[in-house]
Amino acid sequence: MTSSLKPLGTAAALVLILLVLVPLAINATQRWDLYYTLTSVALLSIASAGVWITFYIGRINIGQAAYALMGGYVSAILVVKYSMSFWWTLPLAGLFCAGASVLIGYPILRLRGVYFAMVTLVLTEVAKLLALALPITNGASGMVSIPLPGALTVFGITLIPDFETLENVKRAFYFLSVVMMLLCFAGVYRLVHSRVGRLCQSLQQNEELASSIGVNIAWLRVIAYAVSSFLGGIGGAIFVAISQSIYPSSFAVADSINFMLNCFLGGLGYVFGPMLGTFVLYFGWDWLFQTGKYQLLIFSSVLIVLMLFLPNGLLSIRLPGKKRS
Amino acid sequence: MSKLLEIKNLTRRFGGLTAVNDVSFLVDENAIVSVIGPNGAGKSTLFKLISSFLKPTSGEVLFYGEGNGERISGLAPHSVARKGVVRTFQETTIFKNMTVRDNVVIGHHLRSKASLAGYYFGSGLARTDEREFGMSADEILTALDLASVKDEVASNLPQGHLRALGIAIGLATHPKVILLDEPFAGMNHDETMRAVDMVRSVRDRGVTVLLVEHDMRAVMKISDHIVVLNFGEQIAEGTPAEIQDNDKVIEAYLGIEDDAIGF
Repeated sequence: MTSSLKPLGTAAALVLILLVLVPLAINATQRWDLYYTLTSVALLSIASAGVWITFYIGRINIGQAAYALMGGYVSAILVVKYSMSFWWTLPLAGLFCAGASVLIGYPILRLRGVYFAMVTLVLTEVAKLLALALPITNGASGMVSIPLPGALTVFGITLIPDFETLENVKRAFYFLSVVMMLLCFAGVYRLVHSRVGRLCQSLQQNEELASSIGVNIAWLRVIAYAVSSFLGGIGGAIFVAISQSIYPSSFAVADSINFMLNCFLGGLGYVFGPMLGTFVLYFGWDWLFQTGKYQLLIFSSVLIVLMLFLPNGLLSIRLPGKKRS
Repeated sequence: MSKLLEIKNLTRRFGGLTAVNDVSFLVDENAIVSVIGPNGAGKSTLFKLISSFLKPTSGEVLFYGEGNGERISGLAPHSVARKGVVRTFQETTIFKNMTVRDNVVIGHHLRSKASLAGYYFGSGLARTDEREFGMSADEILTALDLASVKDEVASNLPQGHLRALGIAIGLATHPKVILLDEPFAGMNHDETMRAVDMVRSVRDRGVTVLLVEHDMRAVMKISDHIVVLNFGEQIAEGTPAEIQDNDKVIEAYLGIEDDAIGF
């Protein structure tokens, strides 16, 4: 019984901290800028969770920025050119990315190891070039002055107020992003702890054996990749709503690499690895800002040391006396 | 006994090399059939052809699971497994980071009635599946003497147990035919005899066994029918007694007397 209650306890604690304590603390200290930072962390960790899922089926994914960019553009175009409500474009952006990833993933997921990684790396660049070339994306000048999300009304009941009317938009985005992040991680947690997770693990460990026991590996790989890209698209779409603009360079190769690093840093064996990894990486980088020109040098060295000594990520650190089961 | 598997004029070329050349034989239901031959005779290629991990250059494999011969060569491996022809691997392949029991539980995948979404949301069907798989896994683990190590992580197991686990994963799919790739390789005499008993117990569960093997003694002991390959050609076929006295087989295994070599 305790084993099934423990994740619920952890989830309740996370909800309490993120949705109650953090806003209270920010209110008390008047550090409103933290809302923006934490919102970014939440959104980046959603995209990183997607990358984590591709790791979970044994593929190194350095192409998540392509889907974040795609999701961002889909939402922006639907809002600006078709005056759709942002709240409808959000799932559509995710679904569009998932659909695109099925078409892209089906051929490339046959590749393994460094070959898959290389192709995904190229995807980010392709997405950027597409955004530059397509007429609908407005080329290099990008799309600006995208309206803030309007009200979400279902059966006459306003679930979410119009963001234009709010006095603290940053806080609203913070709540939106954190709720999405919690939903996303709850979803991934469930995935990993269901039989679907076992099947993904079987792919990661031995694809040939998996197919010989009757697992349709090509299909399962595509599904996992679609879920991964869905999360990338969702993260990208919310980002665009916050910055109210998107450019072909909004998400670049560096972002793709960061999404992957977040997973490594937090731990590939842990569902919450990408969340912690994103948090530490983002704040670590910001904190090192005071070191001036040495920022990148110290940052990279620390990352290398961490990977050498903690190859299984930060979450693999266990308190003494608390044995792993 | 009725035939369950028919290998018909199976040929596979890799560039200029003919790894398997026009091989034909029948596998009867509930028999133990062995394919033997020296190194490089094409045994493993033949196995991959039967389990559809490779596509034949010509010829076909027919499966009589539902009465009429159904062509299984050329299908995707998971579809062949779905029909009831399941292979294990030479390189003792298992899911090494899962526990022994989880390895066998996941082997039941083919029998799941719930969909992926059902498993995700924990539908009633999914829960019934999980319970049934767990019970069946425990039964298989007991039958193969693995019950004592079921909670170990698979990568920690000794060689003999690994081989048994590979077979347990295969059995979990409830196959009609199980293909065992060199089940006795690298074993000493005692281990081989234990493994022979294990293969027999697999057959006694009603599973037809087709195995590829190097170890002549073990093969002679357990097979109902033996097919001998050499350089991709099928050089003999028959009961163990017939194979033992076959000149061509002795030649292939022991080499030809000096005059034939041309000194």
